Amino acid sequence: MRTDVLIIGAGATGTGLARDLALRGVSCVVVETGDVNSGASGGNHGLLHSGGRYVSNDTEAARECREEGALIKRLAPQCVEDCGGLFVAVAGDDERFVADYPGWCAAAGIEVCCLEPAEARAMEPVLSPKVIAAFAVPDATIDPFRLALENMAHAHALTGCTLLRRTRVTGMDVDAGRVVRVHTVNTVSGEAGTIEAAQVVSATGAWAGRVAALAGAHIPMLCSQGTLLVTHERMTRRVVNRLRPPGNGDILVPGGTVSILGTTSVTVDDPDRARPTVAEADENLRQALPMIPSLAYTRFVRAYCGVRPLISAGGGDGRAVSRGFMLYDHTDAGLSNFCSVTGGKLTTFRLMAEKTADLVCARLGVTAPCRTRTEPLPAAPACRWTEPGFAPRLWAQRHDADDPLLCECEMVPASAVDSIMNDCGQQFPDPGLQALGKRSRIGKGSCQGAFCGVRVAAHLYDTGHYTSPRGLARMREFFTERFKGQRPILWGPQLIQAELAEALHCGLLGLELGDPEAAPAAGKDEEARS
Amino acid sequence: MSTPLRCDLAIIGTGLAGMAAAVFASSRGLSVAQAGSTGAISYTSGVFDVLGALPAVAQGQPARPVERPFEALAELLRDEPGHPYALLDPEDIRLAFHEVMDFLREAGLPYRAGGEKNFLLPTPAGTLKHSWCVPETTLPGCEALAEGAPACIVAIEGMKGFSARQVAVNLAPYWPGLTTARVAMPGHPGGEVYPEQVARMLEVPAARRALAEALAPLVGPARVVGLPAVLGMHRPGDVAADMARLLGRAVFEIPTMPPGVPGIRLKEAFEGLLPGRGVALFCQQKLVGPLPAPGAPFRLRVTGQPVEHEVLADRVLLCSGRFLGGGLGGLRGRPITETVFGLPVAQPEDRSGWYRQDYLDPRGHEVHRAGLRVDAALRPLGPGGAPAHEGLFAAGSILAGQDWIRMKCGAGVAIATAFKAVRAMAPGR
Repeated sequence: MRTDVLIIGAGATGTGLARDLALRGVSCVVVETGDVNSGASGGNHGLLHSGGRYVSNDTEAARECREEGALIKRLAPQCVEDCGGLFVAVAGDDERFVADYPGWCAAAGIEVCCLEPAEARAMEPVLSPKVIAAFAVPDATIDPFRLALENMAHAHALTGCTLLRRTRVTGMDVDAGRVVRVHTVNTVSGEAGTIEAAQVVSATGAWAGRVAALAGAHIPMLCSQGTLLVTHERMTRRVVNRLRPPGNGDILVPGGTVSILGTTSVTVDDPDRARPTVAEADENLRQALPMIPSLAYTRFVRAYCGVRPLISAGGGDGRAVSRGFMLYDHTDAGLSNFCSVTGGKLTTFRLMAEKTADLVCARLGVTAPCRTRTEPLPAAPACRWTEPGFAPRLWAQRHDADDPLLCECEMVPASAVDSIMNDCGQQFPDPGLQALGKRSRIGKGSCQGAFCGVRVAAHLYDTGHYTSPRGLARMREFFTERFKGQRPILWGPQLIQAELAEALHCGLLGLELGDPEAAPAAGKDEEARS
Repeated sequence: MSTPLRCDLAIIGTGLAGMAAAVFASSRGLSVAQAGSTGAISYTSGVFDVLGALPAVAQGQPARPVERPFEALAELLRDEPGHPYALLDPEDIRLAFHEVMDFLREAGLPYRAGGEKNFLLPTPAGTLKHSWCVPETTLPGCEALAEGAPACIVAIEGMKGFSARQVAVNLAPYWPGLTTARVAMPGHPGGEVYPEQVARMLEVPAARRALAEALAPLVGPARVVGLPAVLGMHRPGDVAADMARLLGRAVFEIPTMPPGVPGIRLKEAFEGLLPGRGVALFCQQKLVGPLPAPGAPFRLRVTGQPVEHEVLADRVLLCSGRFLGGGLGGLRGRPITETVFGLPVAQPEDRSGWYRQDYLDPRGHEVHRAGLRVDAALRPLGPGGAPAHEGLFAAGSILAGQDWIRMKCGAGVAIATAFKAVRAMAPGR
C-alpha cells in the first residue's frame, strides 16, 4: 500500500491530523492497533477544559486550553455540551490557594466568576454543605468518540482517507535517513502487510516511545494511568472540580446521562497492561466524598482507565509533569520523513494536529494553510449514535414498533446497528460488538452489555454479518472487555447485575467453556461420544 | 397484626431450593410458612443441572464439560472438598430430583432425568449445554442432536436474542443438516414479540393451527423442528404434542434469555400447587426476625404487605440465595454479609479477591464460592464454629464452596441440599 502520509494512531490527534491534512488536500492512511480512541483519547473525562484546572501550575497550558476550548465549542458544537464548570473548595482545603485562584485565572485570560457557597449549592445541590468557596469557569464536556469519528468521516469525504483498524505497526525500514517502508500485521487475521509513505507520523500517545524506537528514534515517555468511575445517573449539570492542586478523585464531569469521577495517577511500565483497579476505584471515592458526600451511596456502572502520555524530562511523578505537548521531528536521529506528536490533552488535540500538519506539509512541500481553526467540523449521521440521550429521543419521536430496541438501557434500536454497519461496514468487515459499542451507546448502560451483547450478536447473525463461530468469539471479547471496567466497582446493585450477567453468559450459554473458534475440532469428540 | 401463624418450618426464599424444600416438607407432613421474592425462579433457564462442568484448577487449564455427572462427582470433590455435594450421598441427589419431578409432573410440567449421562442440548447462542434433567419439551432436540437427525431451527420475527441462524451456524459441526426458518407469529400485531406472549397465545388451539400452517412450508424435509421455548405456559407437553401432530414431525424447545418461559412455568407451577398442599406461601414478601436463644422457637415477621403476619416456627430453612436473590449483601469497604440473621460468611479477605482479572477465567471467581459454612445436617455455623441455632438450616446457592454458575450445579445443589435439610429435621418421614 502507498500513501502520501501514514498516520499511526487513531485517537483525537491522529484523526484530527488526518482531517487537517485532508483540508490541505493531502491524503493519508490511518492505522490503529485497536479501534478509534483505544488509548487516552477514549479513556479520559471527556472534559473540554476551560484551562481552570491548570492555572495554578502551568499558565501556558491553561491559556492553550482556553483558546482551543473556545474554538471547539464554536466549530464542533455537535460534540460539545457547553455546561459550564465550578471549582469548589471545602472546609479544610488550602485557603491561600482559594485566595490566589482568581488572580491565576486572570493571568491566563480565563473568565472566572466568584460565587457564594450557598449560590454554588443552589446550582449543584449534591455539593457538600461544607463548601467554603466556589468559582464558575467556562468548562464544557466533549464526546471524544464522536469527535474522532467525525474527524475521520470528514477526512474520508475530502480525500478518501481510510482507517485500518486492528493493524499494528511491527517495524520500519530506514534507508538513508528515511522511513521507506512500514511493516504491519492485522491483529485478527495475523496477515502481514507493508505501507510506503512519503511521510510517517506517530500519534500514538503513550506508545509514542515504542513506535519511535522502531525507527531508531528516542522519546523519553512517562506513562501515568488514570482511572475514572462512571455513575449510573448524572449527578450535576456542570463540571465540578475540587479547588486545590490537581490530585486524585477531584473532578466530576457530566457525560450526557451519567457522571464521570476521576482520576488517579499511577505510573505504569506498559500501557498495554493498564487496567482500572479496586484500589483506584476506592481512592477516587475517598477523595471525592468531602466535595460530594452522596457519592458514598451512588451506583457506579463502570470504571475505565487511560494512560497519559507524559514526557519525562528528568524524573518527577505524573502530576508534576507538564500537560503541554511535544512534536519531535526526529532530525536528531537523522530522520527526515518521520515525526511523533505526543503529550498534550484532549482539549488541545486540534493545535497538536495543526503543528504536526505544518511540519508534515513543509516536508512535503505543500503550502496550503491550516483550516481547522476556521472550518466547522461537519456532523456525520453515522456518528450521532455515540451521543447519550440521542437514541431515546429518536425512539420517543418515532416509536417504530418494527424496530426492536436491542439495548434497552440506552434504547439503541436495531436500525441504529444496521445504519452503523452500512456506514462504517467497510472499516470492519469482521464486525466486533466492540466496534459497534464504540460507535453507539451499546453496552454503556446499567447492564453493561450483558443483555444487549447477546441481542446484538443474534441480530448480526440474523442479518448475515456473522456467519461462523467467530461471532461467539466476538461475544466473549465484548463481555470480557466490559468486565474489565466492571471489576473494580462490583458492590451493591452492580454486583447483583454482574451475578445475573455471569449466570446468563456462563451458566446458560457456557461461553467460558473453551474457545468457540475451535468448535469444529471439538465437534468430532462430541460425535464420538454420542 | 393478626394471630401468629404457627408452623413446623419457616422457609425463607422462593427460589428453586425454597420451592423444592416446600415440596419435601409438605410431603413429610410438616406445616410450612414460606416467603420470598418470586422473581428469581422465572430467571432460571428451566433446565436442571446436577454437574455440567469442572472448572480449571490451575491457570492455563480449560474448564471441562461433564458427560457423566455422578461419575464426575468424585473428581469435583477432590478439587473442591468444601462443595456442598460433599455432604450428600449421590443417591440422595437422584431421590430428591425424582421427588421434585413427580411434583412437577402433577403440575403439568414433566421432566426427564438422564440416568448416568447428561443430556446435550442447544442454547440460544448455539453452544451446547450439558444438563442432567430437562423439561420433556426439550427432549426431541437432545435426541435429534445425538442422532444427527435433520432438524430445522425456527426463529420468531421480532423476538430479540434468539437467532435460528446463530444456533444453526454454531451447532453445524455437531449437528449436520441443520436448517433454519423465520416465521411471523400469526395473530401477533407485529413489532417486538416476547416469549411469554407467544406461549400464552399457543395455549389456544386455533393459534397452534395458524402457526403450524405458517411453518409447514418453511421447515422442508427436517424430521424435527426446534423453536425458542414458547410451547404453552400450563400444559407444554400437550401444546408440543399438538404442534407435532399438526406439523407431522417432532418439535422441541430451546431455552431463551431470561426471563424465559420455562422459568415462568416453574414459578406458576409452584405457586399454583403449594398452597393446596398446606404451605402458607407469601409471594413478594420477606420473612425476617432475630436469631432466637438456644432452645427457643423462631419469631419471624412476614413483611412487605399492609397486614403483617407473625410466624412462630420451630425450624427455619434459609434458602435466600446469593446477591441476586438478596441472601448475601456486598457493599463497598465491608465484608460480604448474610442479610437475614447476620450469619458468618466464608469469603475472600477483601474486594480485590472477589473477582479474577479475566471475566471468563476457566477457574471461575472466588466471590461465587463465598457463602455459609454448614455442619453435616446443613445447619449454618455461627461465629464460634458450632451451629448458629439447632433449628436453623440452610440450602441452595447461599452455601459456601460451590460456584453453581461455572460448575452448572445450581439445581442439583438447590434441590439436593433442601432434601437433606428437610430430612434432617423430619427424620423417618
